[in-house]
Amino acid sequence: MSTIVSGSRALLELQDITVSFDGFLALRDLNLSLEPGELRAVIGPNGAGKTTFLDVITGKVAPSSGGVLFKGRSLVGIPEHRIARLGIGRKFQSPRVFEDLTVQDNLALAVSRSKQPWTLLFGRMSAEQRDQVHHLMNIVNLQPRADWRAGALSHGQKQWLEIAMLVGQDPDLLLVDEPVAGLTDEETDLTADLLKSLAGDHTVLVIEHDMEFIRRLDSPVTVLHQGHVLCEGSMDQVQQDPRVIEVYLGTTEDDAQ
Amino acid sequence: MFRSFQQRSWLSVAIWVLIIAAIVAAPSVLPVFRLNLLGRFLSLAIVALGIDLIWGFTGLLSLGQGIFFALGGYAAAMFLQLRSSSEFPNGIPEFFSLYGVKQLPLFWEPFRSPLFTLIAIWLIPAVLAAVLGNLVFRNRIKGVYFSILTQAALLVFFNFFNGQQKLINGTNGLKTDVTILFGQLELGSPEMQRGFFWLTAVVVILVWLFLRWVVRGRFGNVLIAIRDDEPRLRFAGYNPTLFKTIVFAIAGGLAGIGGALYTVQSGIVSPQFMTVPFSIEMVIWVAVGGRGTLVGAILGSVAIMYAKSLVSEALPETWLFIQGGLFILVVTALPEGVIGWFRGDGPRNLMSRVGFSRPISTYPQLEVDGNEEVQP
Repeated sequence: MSTIVSGSRALLELQDITVSFDGFLALRDLNLSLEPGELRAVIGPNGAGKTTFLDVITGKVAPSSGGVLFKGRSLVGIPEHRIARLGIGRKFQSPRVFEDLTVQDNLALAVSRSKQPWTLLFGRMSAEQRDQVHHLMNIVNLQPRADWRAGALSHGQKQWLEIAMLVGQDPDLLLVDEPVAGLTDEETDLTADLLKSLAGDHTVLVIEHDMEFIRRLDSPVTVLHQGHVLCEGSMDQVQQDPRVIEVYLGTTEDDAQ
Repeated sequence: MFRSFQQRSWLSVAIWVLIIAAIVAAPSVLPVFRLNLLGRFLSLAIVALGIDLIWGFTGLLSLGQGIFFALGGYAAAMFLQLRSSSEFPNGIPEFFSLYGVKQLPLFWEPFRSPLFTLIAIWLIPAVLAAVLGNLVFRNRIKGVYFSILTQAALLVFFNFFNGQQKLINGTNGLKTDVTILFGQLELGSPEMQRGFFWLTAVVVILVWLFLRWVVRGRFGNVLIAIRDDEPRLRFAGYNPTLFKTIVFAIAGGLAGIGGALYTVQSGIVSPQFMTVPFSIEMVIWVAVGGRGTLVGAILGSVAIMYAKSLVSEALPETWLFIQGGLFILVVTALPEGVIGWFRGDGPRNLMSRVGFSRPISTYPQLEVDGNEEVQP
């Protein structure tokens, strides 16, 4: 079914992506590729197109032009749920968990390999999947809250629940949008460690504002500006780049001290 | 919602003991007229159960369930009309001669078969619901737009059925109560009506058990997830359109069954089953009983319809005001409905208001991390 593009071993490739909303270019000629197992951070000032860029990969927004290749297969025009089944998981900017379900049930939906109504209606959860749910709750310290409504969790716990759901989905590519917004310093550090431990087996792309967090991830950084890749490199290289400093009006230096 | 399991199970057992006791006692306590009314209201409870599945659990507010209700009723009535038509000219139902129709319209033919009719009662509404639903859901029409579309569809069906004298007797509807079944008993006879009451009661309980099985477990969790955050569910790899189509079809099929049982107990089916106010009433039963509780749909429909018939007998003009007031009460004071209020913190809040407060078992939590707000 899938056509492998020869010569490329990238897991994800964005080729000249342009997204236009009624003439406003949210993304313009964006190029980016991710190697399997890579951990990549994406930063950029507000309005740089960070979230739109995730929308394009996950099928929420169709690019006006350009191509998205995942494992060599084009994702353009494929509905969201099929893209998710191909192995792309996404965590949203503000945590989006199913508030009326328990923590456990939220994770059970993520862990379930079959997403078909018949299997969910007639099949039972395997012991292995139950173990996985408990394992995930342990990782994010939500075991004591297993039977709580997810809506009753604190903001930080919701963030973690959503990350755990993402991991439970076991995607090849994890797209993580602002995972540490509203978390305490300690929780932020734990999240960084968690994401680092996921890289290798998974490919992880993180969007963040928190420079300290990005530094802790210790990964290559891509800077987006006005829908375009401004530069790529290590955190130190990027911070030295005069264009980046200009874009951030010098505030990055202060943040990163 | 998940804190008071003990309270919940105690409440459910109590409610079910009451319901079963009421059903068993009804035939010997109530006069036939009242028993027949109860039987009708229980058929409406089947429709309400379907509405609870799509609205209470999945968040789809349909204002067009009357379509499926009427279709089930018409299927049953066509079969019964054909059964009693042998003495009429050409052996076809009497009303046809009023409009000079000599030959039975083709789509009536299959309804000579009892087996076909029994299947058609639920299958035709279910298939129609699946087709209509899928068209709407695949285009991602949600919320109030979905409600408006279902109401518009209801109006279309109402006008169509109302105008088709030559096919289904138009606005006059189809009568069923003089049909003779099983060789001797007229459908309107007390014996038959008692039988239909039992049948309806058994169907209500079977439907309740079926829906309970549907909504518990992971399938039901997907439905609740659709209600909570449908776009998010897509990114978890689930296709909400498929799940919504399935539950809408189930609710349609249930409305058809309810419509057929209602028709045989009321003795007539007419386009009045497809009026806009009636379909809205159905939604009110579920809202008052309690969305997402199943048992609330049964209690809501039976209690409100019973109140309606009693009030209408005594003070015919006041019912609409009472119904309106009830709806306002639910929206403002009991958003989870009566059963939802009992299952939630309702009783405890009431106790503490009248001075019987119990100490809360957990310490109030301090907000430790100050930056709770989501950064843009």
